[in-house]
Amino acid sequence: MAELKATRDGYGEGLVEAGKNESVVALDADLAESTRSIKFKEKYPLRFFDVGIAEQNLVATAAGLAASGKIPFASSFAVFITGRAYDQIRLNAGISHLNMKIVGSHAGLLTGEDGASHQSLEDISLMRGIPGMVVIQPCDFVEAKKATIEIAKYKGPVYLRLSRGKVPVINDENYKFEIGKGIMLKQGKDIAIIATGALVNEALIASDMLKEKGIGARVINIHTIKPIDKEIIIKAAKETGCVITAEDHSIYGGLGSAVAEILAENCPTKMHRIGVNDKFGESGEPSELYKKYGLTAEDIVKAAEKLLKK
Amino acid sequence: MEQKLIEKLEKQALQIRMDVLEMITEAKSGHPGGSLSAVDIMTVLYFHKMRYNPKKPKWEDRDRFVLSKGHACPALYACLARSGYFPLAKLKTLRKIGSCLQGHPESNKCSGIEASTGPLGQGLSFANGVGLAGKLDKKDYKVYVMLGDGEVQEGNIWEAAMLAAHYKLNNVIVFLDHNRLQIDGELKDVMNIEPIKDKFSAFGWHTIEINGHDFKEILNALDEADKVKDKPIMIIANTIKSKGVDYMENKAEWHGKAPTQDQLKEALAELV
Ligand SMILES: Cc1ncc(C[n+]2csc(CCOP(=O)(O)OP(=O)(O)O)c2C)c(N)n1
Ligand SMILES: [Mg+2]
Repeated sequence: MAELKATRDGYGEGLVEAGKNESVVALDADLAESTRSIKFKEKYPLRFFDVGIAEQNLVATAAGLAASGKIPFASSFAVFITGRAYDQIRLNAGISHLNMKIVGSHAGLLTGEDGASHQSLEDISLMRGIPGMVVIQPCDFVEAKKATIEIAKYKGPVYLRLSRGKVPVINDENYKFEIGKGIMLKQGKDIAIIATGALVNEALIASDMLKEKGIGARVINIHTIKPIDKEIIIKAAKETGCVITAEDHSIYGGLGSAVAEILAENCPTKMHRIGVNDKFGESGEPSELYKKYGLTAEDIVKAAEKLLKK
Repeated sequence: MEQKLIEKLEKQALQIRMDVLEMITEAKSGHPGGSLSAVDIMTVLYFHKMRYNPKKPKWEDRDRFVLSKGHACPALYACLARSGYFPLAKLKTLRKIGSCLQGHPESNKCSGIEASTGPLGQGLSFANGVGLAGKLDKKDYKVYVMLGDGEVQEGNIWEAAMLAAHYKLNNVIVFLDHNRLQIDGELKDVMNIEPIKDKFSAFGWHTIEINGHDFKEILNALDEADKVKDKPIMIIANTIKSKGVDYMENKAEWHGKAPTQDQLKEALAELV
């Protein structure tokens, strides 16, 4: 069994590593413990700023730091940083295209017990709509750590989507993260499962289950939702003729929408979106929520069989 | 000596006012009221106080100006053009397609603009970020900010007010353009902000109150600000909306509308 770790923990470690560059600074809005920016605070206290429970202030202060040559990482819960401070993000990361990193932890149903108000299911949609914004969701601890280190080197605005719940670590320490590059994790000619974040692991399990039924399911990890790797998606669609997307986010505006847009314009393909279907979440353990809202490997398998029969 | 300086600044401010009115008339839209109320202060900053080099707009040691009330950008554009950031001829392109002089300022479009603004309430946080960077880098530059009085109704302002005091940002020097008007009318009727000076004092700021059209008072306030050791500085500047044009002064209706050609002539005649 693979080790279980949260992507936010990868962020904390990656941020400390990125902090070797003295231009990197971190800000948080009273959630440093939860987002793991506390790791940076412990290591580089002079380059860490708590702004209080004030997300708009968090983002706009980070903007001023970015405009002065710093590389700010501003973190809070995904729902608060992208929701409350949307206009601050749009103006500074968007219109001014400042080199700032917006980090939202506690994304998706993986947040668990805190309930609907704290489970961000619309943030990818919000961030993806901002011109020039890079949107990244790592699938495990290692990818989160490597992504954090990479985006510190990338010059431009980035939204990094993280989660609270622990998921299996599927990458090893030699893994190399490249912004914008999709990764084929499993070959397969019958159907392609294109997944992001925690659903990548579910997709891998689903692929194994489908294999036992004689169905070859390709698995692709899309860690960068924008700019998205069109080629890998079009190739998968052409070679399998059948695509499923899977994400812990609303089916509106997230990975599913992004893939649908590409396929509709380039090679219309049978497809099905796995994600939260126009609902808010609720309190519960992540695994219970994944079952209730249809985000498990079994749900992917069912959808695959149905889609293949169409 | 000081008298000479003040005469020079008065003349310069008159020129900026004329620029503002001509630009807005040419554009057929824009915000004369809040531009004109801020002109005298901005004139002192751009033509006397601030350290900058238009040839090196990104010079690290420059003083910065953040126009948080971004709708007053005609005044900013005129100050930038008249201090050499770009040719005067560009002023005529305000709000036109393809122009670097957008309806609200964009830092990527035009040299000399430090922050994109327009959505109100953000500029103070932005300035604080610049101030924090200055402290980290042990630089002595200052960040000057222009806030609208209606603008301080935004919650983000008070988040930023706390932060500036908490981090003792004495390199952040703010003018509150207290013209007592916002779009829907007088602040006291729409949403009272008084006692605004006491509020900022209670938030831990060094506060000063002046007549925002009296150059001597503006200069003195800036000198006083330079001496403050461990607090951010709030200069409450009592101003007149649309200052300088009799038929526009103190009228909410001139917040965001352009004069006609005839109205422009009348205004310019008054200014020269
Ligand atoms: C967030 C936001 N809400 C609303 C507006 C629309 N708006 C533009 S100017 C203005 C009134 C500003 O009043 P004040 O700050 O007093 O400015 P001034 O009187 O100096 O023009 C409003 C509401 C805006 N630009 N930004
Ligand atoms: Mg006003």
